[in-house]
Amino acid sequence: MKKHHLELSQIGIDFPTPKGPFNALTNVNLKIAQGEFLSLIGHSGCGKSTVLNIVAGLYQATYGGVILNGQEVNEPGPERAVVFQNHSLLPWLSVYKNVELAVRQTRNGRSRKEIKEWVDHNLALVHMTHAKDKLPSEISGGMKQRVGIARALSMQPKVLLMDEPFGALDALTRAHLQDSLMEIHAQLGNTVIMITHDVDEAVLLSDRIVMMTNGPSATIGEVLDVDIDRPRDRIALADDTHYNHCRHEVLRFLYEKQKKVESVSSRTTPQRRQHQVGTDAA
Amino acid sequence: MFNSSSIPIMVGSVRKGFDRSKWGQKSAGLILPLLGILVFIGMWSAVAKNVDTSLGQFPGPAQVWEQTGSLWAEHQAQQQKADAFYARQAERNAQRVALDPSYEPKIRDFTGAPTFIEQIWTSLYTVMVGFALASLVAVPLGIVCGLSKSAYSAMNPLIQLFKPVSPLAWLPLVTIVVSATYISDDPMFSKSFVTSAITVALCCLWPTLINTAVGVSSIDTDLLNVSKVLRLNAITHIIKIVLPSSIPMIFTGLRLSLGIGWMVLIAAEMLAQNPGLGKFVWDEFQNGSSESLARIMVAVFTIGIIGFVLDRIMLSLQQWVSWDKTAITR
Repeated sequence: MKKHHLELSQIGIDFPTPKGPFNALTNVNLKIAQGEFLSLIGHSGCGKSTVLNIVAGLYQATYGGVILNGQEVNEPGPERAVVFQNHSLLPWLSVYKNVELAVRQTRNGRSRKEIKEWVDHNLALVHMTHAKDKLPSEISGGMKQRVGIARALSMQPKVLLMDEPFGALDALTRAHLQDSLMEIHAQLGNTVIMITHDVDEAVLLSDRIVMMTNGPSATIGEVLDVDIDRPRDRIALADDTHYNHCRHEVLRFLYEKQKKVESVSSRTTPQRRQHQVGTDAA
Repeated sequence: MFNSSSIPIMVGSVRKGFDRSKWGQKSAGLILPLLGILVFIGMWSAVAKNVDTSLGQFPGPAQVWEQTGSLWAEHQAQQQKADAFYARQAERNAQRVALDPSYEPKIRDFTGAPTFIEQIWTSLYTVMVGFALASLVAVPLGIVCGLSKSAYSAMNPLIQLFKPVSPLAWLPLVTIVVSATYISDDPMFSKSFVTSAITVALCCLWPTLINTAVGVSSIDTDLLNVSKVLRLNAITHIIKIVLPSSIPMIFTGLRLSLGIGWMVLIAAEMLAQNPGLGKFVWDEFQNGSSESLARIMVAVFTIGIIGFVLDRIMLSLQQWVSWDKTAITR
């Protein structure tokens, strides 16, 4: 029996609006074991990113709280490293310097030489050693995301939070990075919470898939255990009945139980960056 | 630019081997600006002939060119005088030391009137000191205002209040305050210089302050989140994230400030009697000789050219400092 090391307890959040508080999330309960790979899936605007931002400490939950190893977390920190959707590398620093900045912040008494070794080690882990002196603008989107992952891993996080890490990538690059991520996860055994829109990605990578209902007052709809043996191979799994059953479950949740009718006129981008509360779900 | 297939009438000229698109680029780069200048000079000389003033006819391009030469000649003559003066002084001192070894030679500065070229240097020096003073205050203050909404709310009314104040309103106050507070037997700077520099600083504080604040407050939220997750301390946050991402806006502010400072300086020097270009214009105006207007026109062009050069220097500095070498800056 694995012990629960990350617990989301009764989490809810209200965003202030001119018309009074808008309840985006309510009663989100999750117990996550050490080394577990968890996916959050749901329609856009349902508050997946909000959950992630609360765990990261970037948002403060209005109700409930996040407990990591027995301690409540309220502010961002490197033990909950985030891989942002659009990589968020500092454009004025080289690939190496971007990772180095993270390593220096979490140096744990490392010497200059050890810092260099650790940066190199993490770049090697994501196969980016060859481009370490390039600026982010000089490498492809997939490569940038690899560096983003290396930066997060270099902080030796207890929990790795990934906000649609491969959402902006083309299908082939995405498949590559998914394989890399599975490799790294097998090797390091970090706890991972990943947000995704992609049903195949969720089933392929996760131990558990958390499906969220539509907002406002979004919460957890269903949780699906994906007990497929690792290492997983995407080609072999294509004909696997259990894999297809899992896919089917997620698809049914998204397109039957939580079918989303979005009117064209009220379509706005989900509240990701501007703290803008989406009106699309109302 | 020129799509010859859609305009078949032009094909005739293309057939003759005349590359229109290349010609278009060249004309845009060099010929059109020259044409503009020529048209301006033509109109200027035509209009100048018809303007009669108490100091005679308004100077045309020819008279102004003549005065440019004569100002340069005066500068060189003055320099020869100065050289001769220092040579004589050195000789005299050497003689006295030879006669009386205990004599300590006195070095006196040449006291001739400053020439036009020297006045240009004084102006440049004054504007740079004022600008540096303003930037040293404005950039840190702008960063604070950009980082903290409360600081911005506190500062904003003051910024809006003092931004539109003319240098001519500040000058009397600055003059009186400087006379009252800057008292020393052996002053390092003349009072007129301090007054002018402070007036320049007061006027070129604002564009840098406002642009820095806007630049700092509009940093990408993702980068701010990175900083939070990494728990960067305030200093590292400013050095690694805030400054690099707001460099373009800071420089936009600095360029506006320097432009304003240079404009303000001329007025300040006129009133403070700082021996720079402003004083030159004022003295020529008071002098009222038949050459005065042409000499003032020389000063006008000098001021314009130096203002342009200063802006170009700031632009190169921006390109040198900025991390994004591909960014289009103009």
